[in-house]
Amino acid sequence: MLSFILILIAGAFFTGIIIRTKSIASGRKGPGILQPINDVVRLFKKGAVYSRTTSFIFQMAPTIYFSSVVMAMMLIPFGQSKGLISFNGDFVFFAYVLALGKFFSIISAMDTGSSFEGMGASRESLYSLLAEPAFFILMGSFALLTGYTSFQEMFAALHLGSYISYAIAILATFVLVMIAMIENSRMPIDDPKTHLELTMIHEVMILDNSGFDLGLILSAGYLKFALYGAIIVNLFIGMVPYPYAIPLFFIIQFLLAIIIGLIESFIARFRMSHNPQFIFALTSVSLLIFFGVLLVLGKFI
Amino acid sequence: MTMIPAFLAICFFVILTIPFVGVKYKGILVYLAIVVNAGLTGYLAIQALTGLPFETIFPGSAVTGAIALRLDALSAWFILIINFIFITGGFYGFFYMKAYQNQSKNLSLHGIAFLLLYSALISLTVIQNGMVFLIAWEIMALSAFVGVIFEHEKMATVKAGFNYLIQSHVSILFLMLGFMWAAYKTGSYDFQVLSNYTTGEKGAATVILFTTFFVGFAFKAGFVPFHTWLPYAHPAAPAHISGIMSGVMIKIGIFGILRMMLVIKPDFAIIGYIILVVSVISGLYGVMLAIVQHNLKRLLAYHSIENIGIIGMGIGLGSIGLGTGNLVLATLGFAAALLHVWNHALFKSLLFFTAGNVYQATHTLNIEQLGGLIKKMPQTAFLFLIAAIAISGLPPFNGFISEFILYSGLYHWLLDARLLSLVAIVFAILGLVMIGGLAMLCFTKAFGVVFLGNARQAFKHEVHEVSFQQLIPLYLIVFFIVAIGFFPGFFLKLLIEPVSLLAGNSGVAGIFEINTMQTMQQISWAAWGFIVLISVIFIVRKLVSRKRTIAVEPTWGCGYVKPTANMQYTASSFIRSYTKLFKPLLLSYKKEKNIQGIFPADGFFESHPYDKLEKWLIDTPIMEFKSFMSRFIFLQNGRLQFYILYGIIFIISIICIPIVYDMFIHLIGYFKQL
Repeated sequence: MLSFILILIAGAFFTGIIIRTKSIASGRKGPGILQPINDVVRLFKKGAVYSRTTSFIFQMAPTIYFSSVVMAMMLIPFGQSKGLISFNGDFVFFAYVLALGKFFSIISAMDTGSSFEGMGASRESLYSLLAEPAFFILMGSFALLTGYTSFQEMFAALHLGSYISYAIAILATFVLVMIAMIENSRMPIDDPKTHLELTMIHEVMILDNSGFDLGLILSAGYLKFALYGAIIVNLFIGMVPYPYAIPLFFIIQFLLAIIIGLIESFIARFRMSHNPQFIFALTSVSLLIFFGVLLVLGKFI
Repeated sequence: MTMIPAFLAICFFVILTIPFVGVKYKGILVYLAIVVNAGLTGYLAIQALTGLPFETIFPGSAVTGAIALRLDALSAWFILIINFIFITGGFYGFFYMKAYQNQSKNLSLHGIAFLLLYSALISLTVIQNGMVFLIAWEIMALSAFVGVIFEHEKMATVKAGFNYLIQSHVSILFLMLGFMWAAYKTGSYDFQVLSNYTTGEKGAATVILFTTFFVGFAFKAGFVPFHTWLPYAHPAAPAHISGIMSGVMIKIGIFGILRMMLVIKPDFAIIGYIILVVSVISGLYGVMLAIVQHNLKRLLAYHSIENIGIIGMGIGLGSIGLGTGNLVLATLGFAAALLHVWNHALFKSLLFFTAGNVYQATHTLNIEQLGGLIKKMPQTAFLFLIAAIAISGLPPFNGFISEFILYSGLYHWLLDARLLSLVAIVFAILGLVMIGGLAMLCFTKAFGVVFLGNARQAFKHEVHEVSFQQLIPLYLIVFFIVAIGFFPGFFLKLLIEPVSLLAGNSGVAGIFEINTMQTMQQISWAAWGFIVLISVIFIVRKLVSRKRTIAVEPTWGCGYVKPTANMQYTASSFIRSYTKLFKPLLLSYKKEKNIQGIFPADGFFESHPYDKLEKWLIDTPIMEFKSFMSRFIFLQNGRLQFYILYGIIFIISIICIPIVYDMFIHLIGYFKQL
């Protein structure tokens, strides 16, 4: 329950901080950090335009997409406190429920019968499938390291002791940040601020969404950032008591947002055709983590 | 005891009367026979699932020896699946076949084949005598062949039928070898005798015997590289036959593998690793080829190969668990495999039936010509969507449950694995994750292109939804897909008996209780929570947007105001980045003419996906063999005199060879004396 509320709060600020960082880095004043929330609230108040081609899929999809993210949030623990739902292998459910949301966002893009939105749908489905293995191997490494298979037990038992385990934690953070970037279609993979539909992934899929639906999709994106941020926080807080852990949660989320803002300011988007290689390379990084864990446990030979 | 004669009597009586009744009643008669027989066998099966196996031994004949029929929990599980799919499939087929009312004789034959297929499948699950098993196997293969070639006036259908028939017989060859070897060693065809014999026999002999059976059954199940008949036979058959073939007939291969595991008890660890590797490859290869298919039913056929891979992974895990004494792993592996057998039977038959609806409405299965069917056929689209989500293994439907158990097995195994098994685990996890992701890509493509957007081609006839009666069995299947997703615990309880049988240990029930049931309870809560969440947000959305203005406009074309249906993303363009990425593993024949010059003429582009393994393993060897044999074509010169001469040469050589051989031996003996 605690993590759910914390993620909601963090999600409210996360995207604002990224935008603010980007504007400062490019020498602009930039909007306030609550601007994304204002945008969503404004969208919630607006009417909507639907395409003539669309069917009930298009009406349902944003709701299911948003619900899938909220559902995933419920699975995230916070230190010793479990998520709202917690069971052995809950990370499988986590990944699959997010995939369900993606399934619907893809078919809703196909529902418009547009020549552009199919493009985004095609890319989204390919990239998300390539990113999945990295997450599962990463979780497998943690399961191997700690001997548990649920989020909360794994994170609670994660003791950072030796140098190798620090290396593992840093690599894991890297993998998770990159998965978050892919899931949210952010910079090295996709440029949310690009002006050309041909080079978009996520933005081009939601060209026809408007009003309440668009608000849902945007807020789902904000929450997704905080969601992955929360997993990263969990890597570090372990059994730290609440009075320290809660400020630590916000500090790490804040740092993460700034890092993402900096990445977006100083790195150019990859060529579309290079994205798959890059994404799949994440799997090899997580395999590296896996072998690191084997080293720690002395399971080689 | 009276049930078996009753079962056979109903079967014979209906088969004999079908040709003489009116065309309207043929279907009803077959369907009634299946329902009654399903009731009989279902009763016995449910008893076996509650722990009361059924056994009876017929005296048989001098050739076969005593014929044992044993209905244990494993048979029961498969019987229930077969019954369910035949009851729904038969009902669906009854309406699907209405379009062919004028082909009375053809329908009689089809009805007989359908009933024979059902009876043969049921018999295969209980017969425990090698010889009779082979006979039933042959009946199944032949009746399925007759079912497939219903539209035999089409050349492609007959070709597909023969392809299937030949490959089935290669499968029978392997099974025959296995049973012959067993009969030679034990002097009996009875499985029980074989089982007693192999208990004392350890090592290579059992592994080789099991592998022979495995190859035989793998042909039927469609494991890569024995899968090549599937993508031809499934699209050629009428929809209900493809649904049944994919839903239950290929599962009889899985049943055979499991049965042989029980009978032969080979070195489980080695067998497990072999099955696991073959299965991961099957799963990946199946889905990778499914994505590039343009024919909807062919796409589904390749998905069957993928799902057989997932089932095989469960069997492999279970077997490794048995071999290494890890009972939890064995339980989870076999439970995942058995549950996925049912899950796949449910959603795959549903997908084939909905594909049949699409075919009935549009007379084409080429997905590049379809589009926008959701407006014309909303119910079919909805049913397809449910099945597509389920087959992609996404919550909250049944596909997720079995894949989740498989993941639990893998991650449980991870906890006490050594280096070699860790490599296997990583390989399996990567495989399973990729299979899930690729399946999602495939079904977003299939659903998106067939049902969404605008129609890509105008049809001369009107496209409309099929009759409601035809949809009833489909809703029944959906009911179970949803029920397994929301109440997994209830259905897992049914699995306790079969899994205990496979694991050979009664500790399974305890493991279910401790390990799986609680998790399933949580997943069930999560699924319900998810639905509630969606409903709440949806209601809020409705309330909020009630007062707002809602406009309906054309799709935003980024400034272009005259979009046509041809500008939509097609199936090929949807998977283009995928095909580029996986190019080394795929094979596609392309024909294209680019648009060039200042005054361009019409261009075109065609692509025909093909199977690389089929080319390497079937086409190339056959071509080589043919070219080798063509050197002897001078023998076939068409002159009668020569053919008589060949006959005489043959007879003379038959007589002479032993004589020459004897003389040769004699001569050698003579030299030795020197």
